[in-house]
Amino acid sequence: MKKILSLILIVSLLASCTKDLNQVPSVEATSESVYTSLANYKSVLAKLYSSFAVAGIEKGDGNADMASSTASWGYLRVYFNLQEIPTDEVVYTWAGGDNLTNIQYMTWGASDTWVSAMYYRIYYTVALCNEFLRNATDEKIASFSAADQASLKVFRAEARFLRALAYTHAMDLYGNVPFVTEADKAGAFIPPRIKRADLYAYIQSELQAVEEVLPAPLQNEYGRVSRAAAWTLLARNYLNAAVYTGTADYTNCLTYCNKVIAGGYTLEPVYKKLFNGDNDKRTKNEIIFPIEADVTHTTTWGATTYLVNGPIVGSMKAADYGVVSGWNSIRTLREFVSYFPDQTGTADKRGDFWTNGQTLNVDDPSSSSQGYSIVKFTNLNDDGSYTTDGGLVNTDFPMFRLADVYLMYAEAVLRGGSGGTVGDAVNYVNLIRERAYLNKTGDINASTLTLDFILAERARELFWECTRRTDLIRFGRFTGGNYLWQWKGGTVNGVAVDAKYNLYPIPTTDLASNPNLIQNTGY
Amino acid sequence: MKKSIFRKFLFCLCMVMSSLGVYAQEQSRTVKGTVTDEGGKALERVSVLVSGTTTSTLTNASGGFTVQLPPGKDVLEFTYVGAAKKMVKVEGDTLHVVMTFEDKKLDEIVVIGYGTKTKKDMTGSAVSISSKEFNPGLVGSSEQLISGKSSGVQIMTNGGSPTAGSTIRIRGGASLSASNAPLIVLDGVPLETGGISGNSSNFLSMINPNDIESITVLKDAASTAIYGSRASNGVMMITTKKGKGDQLKINFSTVVTLQQRKNVADMMSPAQFRSVINAEGTDAQKALLGSANTDWQKEVFKNAMGTDNNLGVTGKIAKAIPFRASAGYYNQHGNLQTDKTQRFTGSLVVTPSFFDKHLNLTLNLKGAANNNRFANTDAIWNSVAFNPTQPVYSGKSAFGGFYESLDNSGIPATGANRNPVGLLEQETRKSDVYRSIGNFDVDYRFHFLPDLKAHVTVGYDYSKGEGSVWIPATSANGYNVGGSNNSYSQTLKNKLFTGYLNYSKNINNVHRFDATAGYDYQHWSAKAPAITYYNEKGQLQSTAKASDERHVLLSYYGRVNYTLFSKYMITGTVRRDGTSRFSPENRWGTFPSVAVAWNVIDENFLKYNKVLSNLKLRASYGVTGQQDGIGNYSYMSVYQQGNSYANYRFGDEYLYVYRPSVYVYDLKWETTKAFNYGVDFGFLNNRIAGSVEYYTRKTYDLLANVSVPAGTNFDQTATTNVGNIESHGFEFQLNTTPISQRDFKLDVNFNATNQYTKVTNITLVKGATTVGTYAGPAVAGRGIQILTPGYQPNMFYVYKQVYDAAGKPLEGVYADLNKDGVINEQDLYRYHSPAATWMLGFNTQATYKKWSAGFTMRANIGNYVYNNTKMGLSAWETVQYVDAALNNLHKDYLHTGFKTRQYYSDYYVENASFLRMDNMSVAYNFGKVAKHVNMRIGAIAQNVFTITKYSGQDPEVTNGFESAFYPRPRTYSININLEF
Repeated sequence: MKKILSLILIVSLLASCTKDLNQVPSVEATSESVYTSLANYKSVLAKLYSSFAVAGIEKGDGNADMASSTASWGYLRVYFNLQEIPTDEVVYTWAGGDNLTNIQYMTWGASDTWVSAMYYRIYYTVALCNEFLRNATDEKIASFSAADQASLKVFRAEARFLRALAYTHAMDLYGNVPFVTEADKAGAFIPPRIKRADLYAYIQSELQAVEEVLPAPLQNEYGRVSRAAAWTLLARNYLNAAVYTGTADYTNCLTYCNKVIAGGYTLEPVYKKLFNGDNDKRTKNEIIFPIEADVTHTTTWGATTYLVNGPIVGSMKAADYGVVSGWNSIRTLREFVSYFPDQTGTADKRGDFWTNGQTLNVDDPSSSSQGYSIVKFTNLNDDGSYTTDGGLVNTDFPMFRLADVYLMYAEAVLRGGSGGTVGDAVNYVNLIRERAYLNKTGDINASTLTLDFILAERARELFWECTRRTDLIRFGRFTGGNYLWQWKGGTVNGVAVDAKYNLYPIPTTDLASNPNLIQNTGY
Repeated sequence: MKKSIFRKFLFCLCMVMSSLGVYAQEQSRTVKGTVTDEGGKALERVSVLVSGTTTSTLTNASGGFTVQLPPGKDVLEFTYVGAAKKMVKVEGDTLHVVMTFEDKKLDEIVVIGYGTKTKKDMTGSAVSISSKEFNPGLVGSSEQLISGKSSGVQIMTNGGSPTAGSTIRIRGGASLSASNAPLIVLDGVPLETGGISGNSSNFLSMINPNDIESITVLKDAASTAIYGSRASNGVMMITTKKGKGDQLKINFSTVVTLQQRKNVADMMSPAQFRSVINAEGTDAQKALLGSANTDWQKEVFKNAMGTDNNLGVTGKIAKAIPFRASAGYYNQHGNLQTDKTQRFTGSLVVTPSFFDKHLNLTLNLKGAANNNRFANTDAIWNSVAFNPTQPVYSGKSAFGGFYESLDNSGIPATGANRNPVGLLEQETRKSDVYRSIGNFDVDYRFHFLPDLKAHVTVGYDYSKGEGSVWIPATSANGYNVGGSNNSYSQTLKNKLFTGYLNYSKNINNVHRFDATAGYDYQHWSAKAPAITYYNEKGQLQSTAKASDERHVLLSYYGRVNYTLFSKYMITGTVRRDGTSRFSPENRWGTFPSVAVAWNVIDENFLKYNKVLSNLKLRASYGVTGQQDGIGNYSYMSVYQQGNSYANYRFGDEYLYVYRPSVYVYDLKWETTKAFNYGVDFGFLNNRIAGSVEYYTRKTYDLLANVSVPAGTNFDQTATTNVGNIESHGFEFQLNTTPISQRDFKLDVNFNATNQYTKVTNITLVKGATTVGTYAGPAVAGRGIQILTPGYQPNMFYVYKQVYDAAGKPLEGVYADLNKDGVINEQDLYRYHSPAATWMLGFNTQATYKKWSAGFTMRANIGNYVYNNTKMGLSAWETVQYVDAALNNLHKDYLHTGFKTRQYYSDYYVENASFLRMDNMSVAYNFGKVAKHVNMRIGAIAQNVFTITKYSGQDPEVTNGFESAFYPRPRTYSININLEF
């Protein structure tokens, strides 16, 4: 009796249980279930944007996108470290513990964790964009309503823009890199290597392909891009074309600067308000493309949280900047301080250094009392109030803004691009100067508008906005010995460094995984 | 059933012997005698053989026998199941023979997968350790019972906390970065791997060690391959105690322990610290010196008490159904204040038999409730780093009255160490965990065909963990966020169905077949509800999503044993596993094995050998798999939705994001192919017995988390089948009984293990030039260790420190190993591995009359440890991170004088070879102290001493990385055992 029962049991189990091997997640979704509604597409698109802002999908970068601890600091913090820490604008306190010494001293190698973190962060965003585009082809969206399809086509253009932005960073930081598009299947394959100039051409063509699909300037929703963002990126790449391709293209730079300037953007009258907790409102005037942060909704310990808390050192009071406690991380170098007429922001309001308890010279980079601090990013609202949550901030990061476009315009004119005039260049620069000085005493004229002035003015206006390394390279002053600052090359007064450091190396891990890649010269 | 086979065996034996004929000789003499066990109890059916003849007899019910000795023959051989063979020279006409049961027995039953075998018939490599041999003293979790007892088995507690659990490695594990933990099978139920929320690292402790009868460790692939895709890292078979004997027996034992505190690191005294700051510090730093003298390590680490009480009852219900019931209560405080665990356990086993033992049922139920309070282990680091010139209490009410480092706004400074006592006192992390494991076995021997047996097991492993975290808003730790007040829970369910048929046939004692074929179904589910994190004020802080994951394993398996003349044995097994964790194309795998053995001792040329009592040669080959360490849905494109703290705003709408997860469609098992060669030997009636094993092993398709080509997946790294490793090992086990007298017995056991593992590939592109993949704990942003093809896994990847003539390490001066004139990352080198080359175990047990004493020692040779505690506390820069606070310095600063931390200096990688006495015990058996009451009292010291050159707290640490290690205490216990 029993054996019959057990035999029946066995046979029935054998038959029914093989189906049990098909288990699917019950809380999470799968690619099949996600790409079924416009709202879901929009949610995926939101992740493409937020991949620049936060490093995870829970509070404070929780449930991290990437396993690597360094990459978990998020795109913007890593990008800041590579674009700013090796320059004259920053000295970093925790270089030892955060493994940033080699970045600060320009002695990085191909195994550097930050070099690797940025590289993979970029390709993470590229992979997200590709996955989105793969699932948003005409064929895949054919079943949607006409209105939805129209929206999806704009989403697609945005994804291509974001991918172009990420690829721009890859091109600028690493040069010749792997190349992956939505045409490649996700998963195990070996991407080809693309040369820097070819990637440049691809990026520019992508941006030109999407510019007409994107909304007109200032017609976009907050947080999303308009065609002005594509134009600004085009202009920035054209400005650096000589670095990327060996052939300058200042005329095209001016073409796109002109499009942005004609787009209706205006300078925010108060410089500080560009970087405060209410600066989402500046997308109505000056900020062309923000990377968001929000104390309750878009929370990260990288990005602007880092830029607000980091420079609070020594005797500075955290509450004065809308947070709870300073991080003692970021200070400036004397070379940067010297760009300003005074150290207290008396004439040029942008140069309001914190000197109390701080020394100007930095003899010990790890001492947070050496080097002046400066307040650029704060979590304060326009009215001086603030909300924070343990130091989280509401401050957006202006990836692109009009003042940068003005300065690009001036530089392109000075470098011989056609389509602009010196007169307009002087006017645009003076708009920036007058905002900084609150009057015309800082105005310049055609004779004082020199390339050196432009580089210095970019430092004054755009410091800590992640353009410095690119600017110094364009001016031939990042490596070599014709411009030294403290701790360049790892010595107290600075020393010439090898030109190979104009590019970061391809991380050894990817060289090992992708045999198509070739290491950059000198590494 | 066992008995009936034995009976048949004897019957056959008699038939064989009678057919050979017994020639009675003249002048033969008659010898009479009795055979008893050591307790004087008569033994029935002991085989008595006149040595060198075929004359034999069996003892009767009172142990008596009569045998005719032919002329010239005067040696009798006594054999009995479970006892050592005994050779006795007959002097007179009567004799009394005592059979010894403590000796290593070849007829010992060893639990193997889906069955049992006698040790003599074993073809693979397995070690069975019975409760008599278990480690004494305070044993928090079952695996610690066998620590140091067997070669090839490494059991390391993860630290001194009673909630820390252990790391178990059989032959070092066959994987690299996926799981190296063995499969644990409790009474036929493969247990849940890993832990549960609320008891994540010590889950095995939910089984009461006192309920365990034996632990069998299956080591070679041939023994484990019957467990297929989960077998690569070895299998630990735990068998719990069952009811036996007719009489009601009650056993009560109690252990009371004292755990003696130890220091974490050798820090400066307050006076030393003052003088260093006054000599070298800035004025601002001097101003941070207080007037107190606080030994922070003493404030947080204190002696702790524990107790373990067990009651066991065995007997028969209604004089027919054997049962065992037990209850246990265990309570242990940690040395780190507030750290504690307690456990209540209960078990019931009933084993009724029906139809003349044709039908045997086993119902086995175990339950445990475990309450933990977890101390905030950040307090360990802070106790060594906190400024020793500041007091514990500030004398003010803020921050719970604890002294804290405050910034210029009067709030706890970011980045400053928090008062370690405050961290402990102002935080309550508790958990309650419940677990029940049960199985119901039906074992039926067919009436029409007694050689055929059907076995069905239905089992479950159900557990639930609940926990809470409470941190007051007034505490320094919770200040910025208003404290914490939240709770979590998780439920795990594991269901098992096993059914197999077993056919065994003995043909004239010449051929023996034993065949098993079966089917398993196992289903796991893990559920956790969403968590809402609140601060102490009840304000919403964050959320975490619910989770609900399941996976299924289906298996078909079979085993065939064939034995010829009891001398030549061959075993073949095969298992086919299907798992829901892989895609339909990859989810089925087949894992075969074959093993042969030759009982050389039974050959004629050794038969009359008096010295050699056992000699067996074994060889085996098997293929096994490994699938732990990867997610349940890792082959699918899974999208996770973010929570409201990771929205992104479009216009005025905050959108919830959807994120694709990294996935690898082609995922499959790790596959290990292993050869094993073994020799079992015994001398002098197996009073010297042992084995030698050698194995080679190759693991293919290693599940490793490696860099994938950038842009091709949704992370830098993906867990995929990539690497290969090779390993080989040598194991030696020697069990001796130098003295075996009625009143004095001495056992001395020794084991040695040698292991070597080499990475042969770790990149997706074979042969790619790479320095390797960083691995191990992160130091300054990268793993301190590296995996490189051609090298041992996890070697420390560091700079070679240069020293001055006086032996002082020179700051930042490293050897230019590639001689390019620059010191950069190309000068890093691979310096030793955390894995020991040799592991030795030594234990001894002596009994003299009513006294018994013993100890267990272990030694590891060739293991290296990176001392992160020392590195991170002994450079001048570490004295201050924030303006508001000073940190204490490690005394090593007085030696090195380093200004900055030398993260990657090999100075911090030290030879951590050690010899440790794990336990030492002495016990006195009072015997009958009252009517029906026997008493035994013992005293045990654990972690008695460690001899090592390693300068840190403990040379035996996870991953060869010591960082704020919770010291393992020395433990003293008194143990009282009463039997009624």
